[in-house]
Amino acid sequence: MPLVMPRSRQQRHGSSAPLTLLSLAALVLVWWAAAAIAHSRVLPPPSAVLEVALADLRSGELPFHLAMTLMRVGLAFAVAMTVGSAAGIALGLNRTADRIFDPWLILFLNVPALVIVVLAYIWFGLNEAAAIGAIAVNKIPNVIVTLREGARALDPALSEMARVYRFGRMKMLRHVVLPQLQPYVAAASRSGLALLWKIALVVELLGRSNGVGFQINLYFQLFDVAGILAYTLAFVGIMLLIEFLLVQPLEARATRWRLRPA
Amino acid sequence: MSNPSKPVPRAGASGPLDVRIDSKVYRAADGTRLTAIDALAFTAAAGSFTALIGPSGSGKTTTLRIILGLDADYAGHVVLPRPDARVAAVFQEPRLLPWRSVEENVRLALPPDRIGAELGPLFDTLGLADHRTRYPGELSLGLARRAALARAFAVEPDVLLLDEPFVSLDEMTAGRLRVLLAEVWAARPTTALMVTHNLREAVELADRILFLTERPARLRGSVELATPRSGRDAAWREARLREIDAAFPGIL
Ligand SMILES: Nc1ncnc2c1ncn2[C@@H]1O[C@H](COP(=O)(O)OP(=O)(O)OP(=O)(O)O)[C@@H](O)[C@H]1O
Ligand SMILES: [Mg+2]
Repeated sequence: MPLVMPRSRQQRHGSSAPLTLLSLAALVLVWWAAAAIAHSRVLPPPSAVLEVALADLRSGELPFHLAMTLMRVGLAFAVAMTVGSAAGIALGLNRTADRIFDPWLILFLNVPALVIVVLAYIWFGLNEAAAIGAIAVNKIPNVIVTLREGARALDPALSEMARVYRFGRMKMLRHVVLPQLQPYVAAASRSGLALLWKIALVVELLGRSNGVGFQINLYFQLFDVAGILAYTLAFVGIMLLIEFLLVQPLEARATRWRLRPA
Repeated sequence: MSNPSKPVPRAGASGPLDVRIDSKVYRAADGTRLTAIDALAFTAAAGSFTALIGPSGSGKTTTLRIILGLDADYAGHVVLPRPDARVAAVFQEPRLLPWRSVEENVRLALPPDRIGAELGPLFDTLGLADHRTRYPGELSLGLARRAALARAFAVEPDVLLLDEPFVSLDEMTAGRLRVLLAEVWAARPTTALMVTHNLREAVELADRILFLTERPARLRGSVELATPRSGRDAAWREARLREIDAAFPGIL
């Protein structure tokens, strides 16, 4: 079934795409001009960054490190969303549990990412599990808070309807609860991906021998800004692709009942 | 036309619906107590249609919620027609899942033994045949109400509870829906209890009308309507309305 969008949305998307490109082109231009004026090793022009990226692409180094980081982000994302959603829904539905665990949540929300990463390495060793766990733990409190909000907003009228018609647990979850939580899950995953990969870089810098974070640390020691930018921009590009090719289509699918005009 | 006063017997003996609420007290968060129902007892014969009329806030919805098993905090008892009786409800609002199509909404409510049931005739009767694949957000209130009715009848309930199912519809739409309700109900009579503010509606549909007092609700009186629905013409309805208005002033 074709997806019909309300006009306002179509217009927004239709008109913003060229503008976005133009705005990005302007940014590259400003960068180029600044690099030309500065004429310094610490501010290379876009062409130099592209050169490094292409060289590392050909050698296979860039794809390898990107893949390692992506793997860590992906696994940590899955763990954080699963654990965080389950805990968040539980707290949203159970007031006593919420009162007991709310202080813990506030505490964890305020522990700096760096501390969690360092402690994870000290307690669990410099291994992959500790790295992925540390990334996930940084995100979990965030997911809990968002999903708790969603669970609190569940419509009791629909739950009553489901009770009268004797929906089983699975039916209830799939057709009544999850659709109501969908916007909250979407919000949590969105902010999640952005946060996760930044923390992943710290984790790699401190205790892994591959990944974008490791490479950036390496180039930092060489004072090679072109290398740093090449890896950063490559990864940002991948995250944007995921957003446009995966997150947005999925979201459009999940909310198709809302997009169709009456 | 089938004769609604002679219900088709159901498989598995069905008894009456027996409701007795000795008291229902709401406790507000600040500790104040509000007695919604004082003493309310009635039985509805198997396959009969009962209307419940009372002032706003007198405890009608509360009564239905207790019968539905959504509120267990009351003194009294509710005995359903059979131990594991199937109950269906048409709530004051349609309460459809906005993210599921009309047909999915109806099918999701079906009990295990009715999964895959043929729903065509029911959708046809209710004029929903062209709307099966639409989402509730695309429906007018009248259509959404019909979908809620379809869901209730599709489960083939032992007891059907309706809470002002036609409220806030224009009189013409409400009238059409009343006819539809009478039709689907006649096709398979089930013990029905309908809350309404509309005496005309009750006179058109019910075998018996129960009148409630102001809060806390007690039974104020009742009226039997023995004439089969097919014999209820405009003149008959006007006569009943006048009688009832004389006996229970202030309701019409
Ligand atoms: N959850 C609740 N907590 C406290 N008081 C409540 C609650 N639900 C209902 N009440 C009160 O109980 C009384 C009966 O409410 P109920 O909804 O049963 O009335 P009703 O007869 O259905 O009214 P209406 O015709 O307006 O729908 C009202 O005074 C209402 O304010
Ligand atoms: Mg009510």
